[in-house]
Amino acid sequence: MTTPLTQGRISEEIAERREAYTKAVTVGAPERSHPDRGYAPYRSSVLRHPGKPLVALHDPEAVELSGPVFGVTDVTALDHDLTRQHQGEPLGERIKVTGRVLDRDGRPVRGQLVEVWQANASGRYAHQRDDHPAPLDPNFTGVGRCLTDDQGAYEFVTVKPGAYPWRNHVNAWRPAHIHFSLFGNAFTQRLITQMYFPGDPLLAYDPILQSVTDDSARERLVAAYDHDLSTPEWSLGYRWDIVLDGPAATWIEEGR
Amino acid sequence: MSTTPSQTVGPFYGYALPFAKGGEIAPAGHPDALAVHGYVYDGAGAPVPDALIEIWQPAPDGSRRGAPGSLRRDPVTGAVIGRSDVGFTGFGRVGTDADGHYELRTMPPGGVPYLSVIVFARGLLHHLHTRIYLPGLTDTVTDPLLAGLEPERRATLLAVAHGERLHRFDIRLQGDAEHEETVFLAFD
Ligand SMILES: [Fe+3]
Repeated sequence: MTTPLTQGRISEEIAERREAYTKAVTVGAPERSHPDRGYAPYRSSVLRHPGKPLVALHDPEAVELSGPVFGVTDVTALDHDLTRQHQGEPLGERIKVTGRVLDRDGRPVRGQLVEVWQANASGRYAHQRDDHPAPLDPNFTGVGRCLTDDQGAYEFVTVKPGAYPWRNHVNAWRPAHIHFSLFGNAFTQRLITQMYFPGDPLLAYDPILQSVTDDSARERLVAAYDHDLSTPEWSLGYRWDIVLDGPAATWIEEGR
Repeated sequence: MSTTPSQTVGPFYGYALPFAKGGEIAPAGHPDALAVHGYVYDGAGAPVPDALIEIWQPAPDGSRRGAPGSLRRDPVTGAVIGRSDVGFTGFGRVGTDADGHYELRTMPPGGVPYLSVIVFARGLLHHLHTRIYLPGLTDTVTDPLLAGLEPERRATLLAVAHGERLHRFDIRLQGDAEHEETVFLAFD
């Protein structure tokens, strides 16, 4: 009989990984925003990451320095409001989530597609493979899209997602989060990530969030509650800015 | 500015990200269209049924501007109605099926011999870039990426032609005893 994999064991592994990273940085290793793809506390990563180093490519003609574009035909006016996609109102705490998408130089990423998906207020996805026995909400699907504006800003209206269990280890619970998918001006800037909520007691236990071993990088995945974004008698507001990675050089075509 | 970290796409993107005709990059019925299909495997050689593949490429005329409309919507019903056959968007997105299989139909890329690929998957904390090189278009001696790779590594980037317009391209997220790991790319 195998010993059940406890949160205690996973938390030890999380602490070991974080200490090893901090020690490496102290002796001169570069700081890293992104998680290590081979992060064993997240067990599903073990067989799904390359064992060989990535091949660095310095090619100013690389196609990846350009990227797809999206336009008004790709989104409809209601796509950013996840509370208005059904006949009735979804259950849960209504929230607005807004922020800006920027590149590494702080320039706004304009007119690009932002996609979100999330569990409902009970922690259940409207996905057929989600078998968490929490109730589905007939008035909530949890999928939204928008294009960033000229300042790189995006905005979604939704409900706060619930935590949900998963099977990484015994009593594993994902903190509340919204999945975000972002496009920059180059394919190299592509990013899929997750936004978390401040003060969530589950943040420390979650190997997916904790895979980001750099403390300040990890904090960048947590939105800020912004009282000025809250609407009286209606909704609470969160602000979350996103900075896309990618090379300084992006491929520019005349007239773009 | 400090960048926002990546996180896994997770298991439940399937009802959110894939869209109708996501793998149909070529205009319907175009005589020059080519098909690429293959499997995504993990380090135990098992197929990965929850990977998401994205493709980006120049238009056949070499333009890298792309066109909007990959997810073209009906303004009344909101339903995705797919690309128009007017603008070539150059962008495709397909999930793997229960067998870890994907397929797409596109046009030959103009000016380069490859399709750019991003792989996302449950279990993969940060996506991976690779390229599908099309054998009929590729000169392995002069290509700046392929020329620098050992032959067995280079082979992982070359699609295998099955007939004139059908290509097979498998992706191995991690090598195993018998199989070479796919070459993944870093741009900096
Ligand atoms: Fe999730």
